[in-house]
Amino acid sequence: MTTEGNGSRHEAPTRERPFGFLRRTYAMLVKELIQLKRDRLTFAMIIVIPVMQLLLFGYAINTTPRHLPTAVLLQEDTDLGRSILKALENTAYFEFTQEVHTVEEFDNLLLSGKVLFGVEIPRGFERAVRRGDKPALLVAADATDPVAAGSAMSALGQIAQTALIHDRVGGDPANPPFEIRAHARYNPAASSRLNIVPGLVGTILTMTMLIFTALSVTREIERGTMENLLSMPITPVEVMLGKILPYVGVGFIQASLIISIGVFLFGVPILGSLIMLALLSTLFITTNLAIGYTFSTLVQNQLQAMQASMMFFLPSILLSGFMFPFAGMPRWAQYIGECLPLTHYLRIVRAIMLKGSTLENLRYDTLALAALMLVAMTIAVTRFRRTLD
Amino acid sequence: MTTTDIAATDVAIEVKGLSKSFEGREVVHDLSMRVKRGSIYGFLGPNGSGKTTTIRMLCGLLTPDSGEGTCLGYDIRRDADKIKRHVGYMTQRFSLYQDLSVRENLEFVARLYGVADARTAAREMIKRLGLSGREEQLAGQLSGGWKQRLALGACTLPNPQLLLLDEPTAGVDPKARREFWNEIHDLAGEGLTVLVSTHYMDEAERCHEIAYIAYGHLLARGTVEDVIAGSKLATWVVTGDGLNALAHQLTGKPGVDMVAPFGTSLHVSGRDHDALEASIAPFRSDPKQHWQHGAPSLEDVFIELMSRSKDNFQ
Repeated sequence: MTTEGNGSRHEAPTRERPFGFLRRTYAMLVKELIQLKRDRLTFAMIIVIPVMQLLLFGYAINTTPRHLPTAVLLQEDTDLGRSILKALENTAYFEFTQEVHTVEEFDNLLLSGKVLFGVEIPRGFERAVRRGDKPALLVAADATDPVAAGSAMSALGQIAQTALIHDRVGGDPANPPFEIRAHARYNPAASSRLNIVPGLVGTILTMTMLIFTALSVTREIERGTMENLLSMPITPVEVMLGKILPYVGVGFIQASLIISIGVFLFGVPILGSLIMLALLSTLFITTNLAIGYTFSTLVQNQLQAMQASMMFFLPSILLSGFMFPFAGMPRWAQYIGECLPLTHYLRIVRAIMLKGSTLENLRYDTLALAALMLVAMTIAVTRFRRTLD
Repeated sequence: MTTTDIAATDVAIEVKGLSKSFEGREVVHDLSMRVKRGSIYGFLGPNGSGKTTTIRMLCGLLTPDSGEGTCLGYDIRRDADKIKRHVGYMTQRFSLYQDLSVRENLEFVARLYGVADARTAAREMIKRLGLSGREEQLAGQLSGGWKQRLALGACTLPNPQLLLLDEPTAGVDPKARREFWNEIHDLAGEGLTVLVSTHYMDEAERCHEIAYIAYGHLLARGTVEDVIAGSKLATWVVTGDGLNALAHQLTGKPGVDMVAPFGTSLHVSGRDHDALEASIAPFRSDPKQHWQHGAPSLEDVFIELMSRSKDNFQ
């Protein structure tokens, strides 16, 4: 009676239907998409974080700064000196906030960060000009922030030619009567402004993608749904793919948004292939999602997942070449940097957008990204706990 | 024909010597049980007695430290994947997705198990559960009784052969409990084996067979009648006035294992019949009270078992 009478009821599940892997992954994926749709905060994060970061970095930090505080060390007070200072102020980059009379005061202002520039007009400057000795006008810059100092420094070059037109001292603009000796203190190497926006694409994606998946497994555990999920016939690979794939789409939208803003608002060019950029960005997105997912399988709760993400995010920002030029980092830091997906993606995205590089040029970094992705996925699948032990 | 190897036997669960410890504390000790196909098997015991742990070992969610056995003919250690395909497990805590609607939850389960037409299957289950009109409601917003029905629906949707229900009626009102048990009997009538853990004695009496577990030890099993008879407990039912004082006087007397008030009567029970008779003899002459031989209730048996096991294992 227990075997014959109810055969119909129990036949269906014993026959294994084909494409089980795809079906279960699809089930997981649909579930994740619905949950994503319901979760307003996460949904907002997808749009708000990239726009906010890009605008903050792009405008507040990256635009050419003007009216930078500048100190003047006047060793002599002459008309010529005044004209030069006036010309400097006219560039709008410099604003004279302090006037000092000793070298110590001058140095202290720069050291303390009260001014970003110091202009020194040496004793006997006017006389030397009139004699045709070509004396040097010293401009010292605090170049710890190369972005801040860079444009002002480049504007200096013009001053020597234009400042003295009205003073009729040296008539020949091609052969100015004095030279400006610019001295970038603290950080002589200045990085290009265009580096920042492509770099931001990678940084923003790292942050958001990590967090999305880092929370995914711990959330199931904390909400108690993991027990139910584990009691059903789904494998770790299917859970992982089901959780990662929806966010690949999300990441792709985010990347498009950031790159569009970069191109249309900040005028960053895309010299290389757009398709290549899209493909490699997707690879980078997936790598980050896999790493976030791995964290998710390693930690106990959502708070730890956030902390793990932050601990990964920080070195990513510092050691990837986003903040500081990669080549300038010590060897040990470069080794760490090579293990971070952002390092490779920054090279890829900068190369494609700014240099028009092809896949052929970027083979090493592409392979590195793929390798990191596979390593993360392998750890995640082996670490995923199939029981509640 | 793939079901023959399972159908050949009429045993759904057969385990021997299951033990499980967490951080040095033994939660389940040397547990053996056998559940017949198509039966409703009640799993009783106080909180923390190892019921949930046992159920989790049966469906592959926990690995036993020692012991072995089969569930639906599959080895519980090696074939967890196959077991999961044919077992519906209803967790103690609601563990479907609160932020998914009734329909979405059911469709998710249907897809995971590879049900041919997930949408239709979900729609039919909604109808069967009486949840029509609520299909788009988020599961988290359902009341306790409805959540429980949905959870039962979700674990029966893939047509399992065995249902493991972990305290499914905890915190559910009596009417919903009654309906729930009717449903379970319907499912068993269709051939499903049901293992259900519970605290409620009235629910135990609705099972074909029961097992009582306390402090990780299985203390009694069989039909309700078997368990009561096996306890060898003699029970006297006292009615009348001054029962409260009587209860205090009797407690601790030799042969008196248990004194428990039941409404207007007092149950006095003991396993040593002669000692019990001797101890109550002086009180029986009190004209205010009426003494009568009674059958011990299942609850009497369990409380006695529990207090005894407490001495042994704690």
